[in-house]
Amino acid sequence: MGGTIVEKIISSHVGEEVKAGDFCVVTVDMLMCHDATGPLTIKAFNEFERENVWDPQRVTFVLDHAAPSPNERVSGLHDMLRSFAKEQGIRFFDVGEGICHQLMLEKGLVLPGDIALGTDSHTCTYGAVGALSFGIGSTDASGVLLTGKLWLKVPYTMKIIVSNSFKPGVYPKDLMLNVIGILKADGADYLCLEFSGSCIDEMSMGGRMTLCNMAIEAGAKGGIVPPDEKTLEWVRCRSSRSFTPQISDKDAYFIDVLHIDAAGLEPQVAFPHAVDNVHPVSEATGIPVQQVFLGTCTNGRLEDLREAASILSGRRVHDDVRLLVCPASRQTLLEAIEEGIISTLLEAGATVIPPGCGPCPGTHLGVPGGGENVISTANRNFKGRMGNNKSNIYLASPATCAASAIEGKIADPRKYLS
Amino acid sequence: MNGFLLKGRAHKFGDDINTDYIIAGKYTKTLNLNDLALHLFEDIDPNFSKKMKGGDLVVAGKNFGCGSSREQAPIAIKESGIAAVLAHSFARIFFRNAINIGLPALVCNTDEIDDGDELEVDLENGLVLNITKDKKIPMEPMPDIMKHILREGGLVPYLKKYGDFVRE
Repeated sequence: MGGTIVEKIISSHVGEEVKAGDFCVVTVDMLMCHDATGPLTIKAFNEFERENVWDPQRVTFVLDHAAPSPNERVSGLHDMLRSFAKEQGIRFFDVGEGICHQLMLEKGLVLPGDIALGTDSHTCTYGAVGALSFGIGSTDASGVLLTGKLWLKVPYTMKIIVSNSFKPGVYPKDLMLNVIGILKADGADYLCLEFSGSCIDEMSMGGRMTLCNMAIEAGAKGGIVPPDEKTLEWVRCRSSRSFTPQISDKDAYFIDVLHIDAAGLEPQVAFPHAVDNVHPVSEATGIPVQQVFLGTCTNGRLEDLREAASILSGRRVHDDVRLLVCPASRQTLLEAIEEGIISTLLEAGATVIPPGCGPCPGTHLGVPGGGENVISTANRNFKGRMGNNKSNIYLASPATCAASAIEGKIADPRKYLS
Repeated sequence: MNGFLLKGRAHKFGDDINTDYIIAGKYTKTLNLNDLALHLFEDIDPNFSKKMKGGDLVVAGKNFGCGSSREQAPIAIKESGIAAVLAHSFARIFFRNAINIGLPALVCNTDEIDDGDELEVDLENGLVLNITKDKKIPMEPMPDIMKHILREGGLVPYLKKYGDFVRE
């Protein structure tokens, strides 16, 4: 029997053929740490009493979770990462460069067939370029810094076949919310999700990132899209490093297959306080919102800002709403300025905040008030996620969020499409 | 695991307890790890850190520790003095993180355990004894490599001892 894309990537990093269920030790192509989990990684690494990390070229540090620093304590942690990166020669993205996951892909640091790890659960985003990528803890990361290796259990793969095209007003975010609503928070525990079908073939790289980003919300180890011409074009203009793309063999074993008809989807909304509490937008319209957040590693890319701007163009954000916009990276912000997207959003009444994680993890900027409702393009809506356990978070696409900002209540974006 | 016996009172939680509920993101930006314990489970049980005692056990349903990869979650539990977490199932990253820092994360049928039950956990023989209900509950065996890491007290002492991963 042949292998899945994931089995083949892992086998190539073990040096012998492995199958789902096997335990093995893999070599690592890239490790990413950020300011929320990096300090613990360094603390654990220092306990090894070793001078140098295994390969600084294969390590990237990013300051994005509380950036710029909100207080002295966080400044100290930022300094710790800055100094360690400098001493070790580790690639370093300082405050304002953007969200770690966006940077890892935008800068061509993760390529098809790679194994890339990060001390962040949304590291699974890099499956969009056909890499096996997933989140690990800080101590596991310290082990990678020491050895360049990680032990793992080879996951089984669930195939998600998405046929046909989205109707106007429906986006990859709606598809992924729908999938999570079906699988539930643990439906893909320990599995990888492989996305394929005509809808995925047509989908932009940004849309594929949105899908893979949220694989963890169904418990998956990772999400992956088989690399195609679009993928190769994306990576070739960003990196000169050699790579070996992998795809699943025709006779590979999949533990389950889920079929979705993209044409049958309507915009989706995840209700508080769980990502798998998913409803069609028709069941959410009219719920008042006081804050709307457009950004994050899920939906802070240029195409997301563009969708929101097309709806907000010539309109005003509702008087009772604060619209916060956080571009995923400096590059995204620059391109959005050049395209006039930022002007449109500002004229509509948006507040633009520096590229980074922004209000999503509740560590600074945009903490909602008690009793307030937020609609956000993020990937998590757990109670307290944005820093206040007395607020409610709804998750939706950038278009649904933009429409809701206009009305001051959750709204169906389809009526605003030109 | 060296005849290691744990005895304590159960604090029962439901399904899908995520890492934000274990320790909110706003408290994670610190290396003063004992501060984390003060806010353990704060958003779902504000009095938890006051009512628990060292040696107590956290008992939960399925998918415990889902969500973020933040290692501050198992660290907050360990720093509070909780001796182990028992659950129907664990989210993948939390499970690894717990073992890596030397916090036993044990898979067993937790339906027969209620809040406040007195438990005895026999790590070596893979058995939980519910003293209050006089019931024996078998634990699911842990992968050999995780058992080995836990036996050494976590991944850092394991790698300090061996310098690399060893074949089981």
